[in-house]
Amino acid sequence: MKTEIEQLPQEVIVDDERAAIEKAVLGDYKYGFVTNIEADEAPPGLNEDTVRFISAKKNEPEWMLEWRLKAYQHWLKMKEPDWANINYPPINYQDIIYYSAPKQKIKPKSLDEIDPELRRTFEKLGISLDEQKRLSGVAVDAVIDSISIGTTFKEQLGELGIIFCSISEAIQEHPELVRKHLSSVVPVTDNFFAALNAAVFSDGSFCYIPKGVRCPMELSTYFRINAENTGQFERTLIVAEEGSYVSYLEGCTAPMRDENQLHAAVVEIVAMENAEVKYSTVQNWYPGDKNGVGGIYNFVTKRGICKGDNSKISWTQVETGSSITWKYPSVILKGDNSVGEFYSVAVTNNYQQADTGTKIMHLGKNTRSRIVSKGISAGFSNNSYRGLVQVNRNAENARNFSQCDSLLLGDKCGAHTFPYIEVKNNTAVVEHEATTSKIGEDQIFYCNQRGIDTETAVALIINGFAKEVMNQLPMEFAVEAQKLLAISLEGSVG
Amino acid sequence: MLNIQNLHAEIEGKKILKGLNLEIKPGEVHAIMGPNGAGKSTLASVLAGREHFDVTGGTVDFLGKDLLDLAPEERAGEGLFLAFQYPVEIPGLTTTNFIKTAVNQIRKYRGEEPLDAVAFLKMMKEKMAITNIDQSLLSRSLNEGFSGGEKKRNEVFQMAMLEPKLAILDETDSGLDIDAIRIVANGVNKLRSKDNAVLVVTHYQRLLDYIIPDFVHVLYDGRIVKSGPKELALELEEKGYDFIRNEVKVGQEA
Repeated sequence: MKTEIEQLPQEVIVDDERAAIEKAVLGDYKYGFVTNIEADEAPPGLNEDTVRFISAKKNEPEWMLEWRLKAYQHWLKMKEPDWANINYPPINYQDIIYYSAPKQKIKPKSLDEIDPELRRTFEKLGISLDEQKRLSGVAVDAVIDSISIGTTFKEQLGELGIIFCSISEAIQEHPELVRKHLSSVVPVTDNFFAALNAAVFSDGSFCYIPKGVRCPMELSTYFRINAENTGQFERTLIVAEEGSYVSYLEGCTAPMRDENQLHAAVVEIVAMENAEVKYSTVQNWYPGDKNGVGGIYNFVTKRGICKGDNSKISWTQVETGSSITWKYPSVILKGDNSVGEFYSVAVTNNYQQADTGTKIMHLGKNTRSRIVSKGISAGFSNNSYRGLVQVNRNAENARNFSQCDSLLLGDKCGAHTFPYIEVKNNTAVVEHEATTSKIGEDQIFYCNQRGIDTETAVALIINGFAKEVMNQLPMEFAVEAQKLLAISLEGSVG
Repeated sequence: MLNIQNLHAEIEGKKILKGLNLEIKPGEVHAIMGPNGAGKSTLASVLAGREHFDVTGGTVDFLGKDLLDLAPEERAGEGLFLAFQYPVEIPGLTTTNFIKTAVNQIRKYRGEEPLDAVAFLKMMKEKMAITNIDQSLLSRSLNEGFSGGEKKRNEVFQMAMLEPKLAILDETDSGLDIDAIRIVANGVNKLRSKDNAVLVVTHYQRLLDYIIPDFVHVLYDGRIVKSGPKELALELEEKGYDFIRNEVKVGQEA
């Protein structure tokens, strides 16, 4: 099926996309339903016992518990960051439930044994856990609240030596690998939310690509928050050994609720010599309602290290959801000739706030980085790009190009750009370009005159604006992401 | 096809159209000429439904429907097309994607099934040949970085794709050299038929050397003050708009 799509000219695909957009703009946030399933929960609040409870639930080895406790102790001494261009009432960390797992009558040994209710939940989200029915190009790890409920295509991947499973399972089955790499990129003491995550994270994905293996399918994790008053703290670790390649996708949704829910994830990527990791996110957590009530606080730390020479890490993100996004997927370019990329579309509407960008640290020689950020603001929202390009003393011939464009819909929203550049080597070439534009009435009228209604016109214009980033997404995701842009901005013009 | 009766329109309180009458029948080509500020582009904008203009009086009947009552995209659906004087740029959106969306939305408006990819590509090839436009231009972002001539050719290509019943060309010749005018005019001429009509709005006569009108109207101070056969355009060219001004003055004094 996939090859068939690829063979068709671009014009052909557009049709389906358009139809999809049309369908999508008719509905509001359509992932806002709740699955009624009994949950196994920790009592609300956070203390050492909570950390021990989670660790015990997961049947973790002693070193993991110690690692968590260390993080927790550190977190107690830390202050929530306040430098971002976002506003929210103080979070009471004692009100949050840190562990919630859907009760499954039996622990599924295979995908066939997954509770039908959960299976239906994912099907409603467009994620089939049925391997036969899925596009052959994608393997999925499905995470609901605190735990992973199943991972598809494990056997096929296993034949190549690829490990793709939940991180809980990895801690049990591959403790040496996890222990070696966990918190090697994002130390437990890195920041307030990363420390919190280390203390209480309950699941996430683990992915290991052995030396010289090119992963034949997209790996993806789908995160779903279901339970009330819970926080989701997942941890993802991707290790690409020498000369390997993997493309990784992440998607997320949550029910519509009036209270805010916290999502504080950590993603770590390690790329060894000549390895390449492409990480794509379509983030669609519930953004809150039109008046800014409810929604997810998305406070996420994502970082990759190009550890070996000639390695490459590329982040692509489409951020449409969450009431607040605080997120800076970063790359440490340690290996010589390594490459870091950050492609981002962040959409904010109504009262959403986003402070997102990247941090690229050039350490090795001849390292290159490219940043393309497209911010789209509508309604009363606030959208900030914050980026740091750092060139260290020994990073001879480092190159960076940054392009930050903002598009405004209406005149009550805000777009801000905070680019920071620190260069300590005078052979570096660092370029930064920024533009701000508005969707013009002229553009909309032009579309209208050709028979195109205003909603579709806006979708066309914003998708055009975001095209450079959308082009980076794998096909299955690109279509989904285009739909999302249209839904997110519904009713913001005209 | 189009019947404009006593049309009044203003922008920000300033009266521009002051009782305009015009009737266009299928198969006809009408030219509206007039000095700057006479209301030519206002007429084109009002017919297409641009928001800034307030229609304060009169009626416009288009194929039996009250045109002024329709949204701009509905007017397009009914078969009205405006070739813009200044086509807008939409970065990142190819002309192909744009026109495909337009074709299918109009089909939807008419209760027709969307064209499938094969049918669409076939149609596109056909119209590209008629309007002498290159594929590479259609794969680029809509009008972005296009020359004046390329923009206007793109307008005519879109017109070919949408097969309008009434096409309004708003100062399509402005900013074009004579070769570009010829190419654009050829495209328009090939699209003429006994069932459709063209309204050419222009300041200069030269476009009318290539798109031969059946009727020429002179718009002056918000009204059509003189109508005649194609020779009227030549007379205007020769005598300048002053002669109209004088005629109008004489008329008012008499």
